Amino acid sequence: MRGTRRDFLVGGVRAAGLVALGGLACDSNRPHAGFLGAMERVNDRFQRALFDPDRLAPELPERDQTPPGVFPQYKIGRDYPYAPAGWALAVGGLVATPLTLSLDALERLPRTRVRVRHHCVEGWTAVAAWDGVRLSEIARLAGVDRSARYVEFRSFEPRYFSSWDLESALHPQTILAYGMNGEPLAREYGAPLRLYSAVKLGYKMVKYLLTVNFLPVRTGGYWEDQGYEWFAGV
Amino acid sequence: MAASGLQILVAYPYLGTKGDLYSWYHWQGAAPPASLRLGQWLAGARHWHFAFMWLFTANALVYAVYLLASGEWRRRLFWPPRDARSAWETVLHDLRIRREPPRPVGLYNGMQRLAYTGVLLVAPLLVLTGLALYKPVQFPRLTAVLGGYDFARALHLGVLAALALFLVVHVVQVLLHPRTLVDMTVGGQAREERPA
Repeated sequence: MRGTRRDFLVGGVRAAGLVALGGLACDSNRPHAGFLGAMERVNDRFQRALFDPDRLAPELPERDQTPPGVFPQYKIGRDYPYAPAGWALAVGGLVATPLTLSLDALERLPRTRVRVRHHCVEGWTAVAAWDGVRLSEIARLAGVDRSARYVEFRSFEPRYFSSWDLESALHPQTILAYGMNGEPLAREYGAPLRLYSAVKLGYKMVKYLLTVNFLPVRTGGYWEDQGYEWFAGV
Repeated sequence: MAASGLQILVAYPYLGTKGDLYSWYHWQGAAPPASLRLGQWLAGARHWHFAFMWLFTANALVYAVYLLASGEWRRRLFWPPRDARSAWETVLHDLRIRREPPRPVGLYNGMQRLAYTGVLLVAPLLVLTGLALYKPVQFPRLTAVLGGYDFARALHLGVLAALALFLVVHVVQVLLHPRTLVDMTVGGQAREERPA
């Protein structure tokens, strides 16, 4: 007993040393670097493996909707931005037909309503009904090339963007939303057009959309470049 | 894991969904003290949490395998016909209600076995609720069984609180009986196990 305990203790001390070394290679202010960054890349693959493109988040009844005014509003600048005059969404990158879609044109496309639980990175949840058009529909219209693996969403708010894996972007509950709870989308929630999805954390859903580009490589994002994880699936 | 979890909690120190917080939770809005936190900010703490969740889970699996394979479970797990009376007598003795020490039932007394078994029962909940919080959409049944995302989040914190309480009691007991510290580190004298 004593001998095996000693072996066990020595092994334990060595393991603790390794963990301590791992801890030293962790920098909370640079989460993408060092050991934390290496583990983020491991978890990236883990999350991709767990992601089932056919699995739908439960659609919730209207009574589950968060009361008006309670659904949190976030802005990255000093104020909520206004859309530039003559706003239209530009769809490009690795596509057969680049598109320019006005709000009218988007509203004429097949309309989808998504009412699912919204998961914020901070830990809160809320529920709203979002009306819009599936990104998979836009991808079909534009004719996305096989070499596209990622989608980058950019805002007319400067520096505001995010990049997604193609599978999550084409999920049936990922939409470009122009309506919320039966009303036209308000400026506080990303008007005229924002990304909404059941399969990502809230910070991946870019507001005030201006461009959607299908790309062969992944880029970063406004939140991601500050240190938040890139995949952020739920 | 606990310290980075508490730092994550700081980003939204409430339990319940937006607009419908749990009325039974008495610490709504109260952030845990900085000395108990790790990761400095939300993204930093989340990276710590998701980096070390693998170590936490692997450690638990190694322990579970050892417990089963070594036969150690026989003398550590609570078995009511053997331990219930001893557990009750231990409580009475510790509370100075009963003078005689609890009947010996082996290396551990009944109350110790009850506490260890309780920990082994709730600790997996920490992993399961964590998984529900990490992937509520990919594991919808698990999330539903745990009462939904918001309740799973409350459970995740509640189990941590229960384990912290166990740890405090455990350490206090060791301080009261310092010799056990030597026994549990380098191995005590092998004592005869009495048949149940």
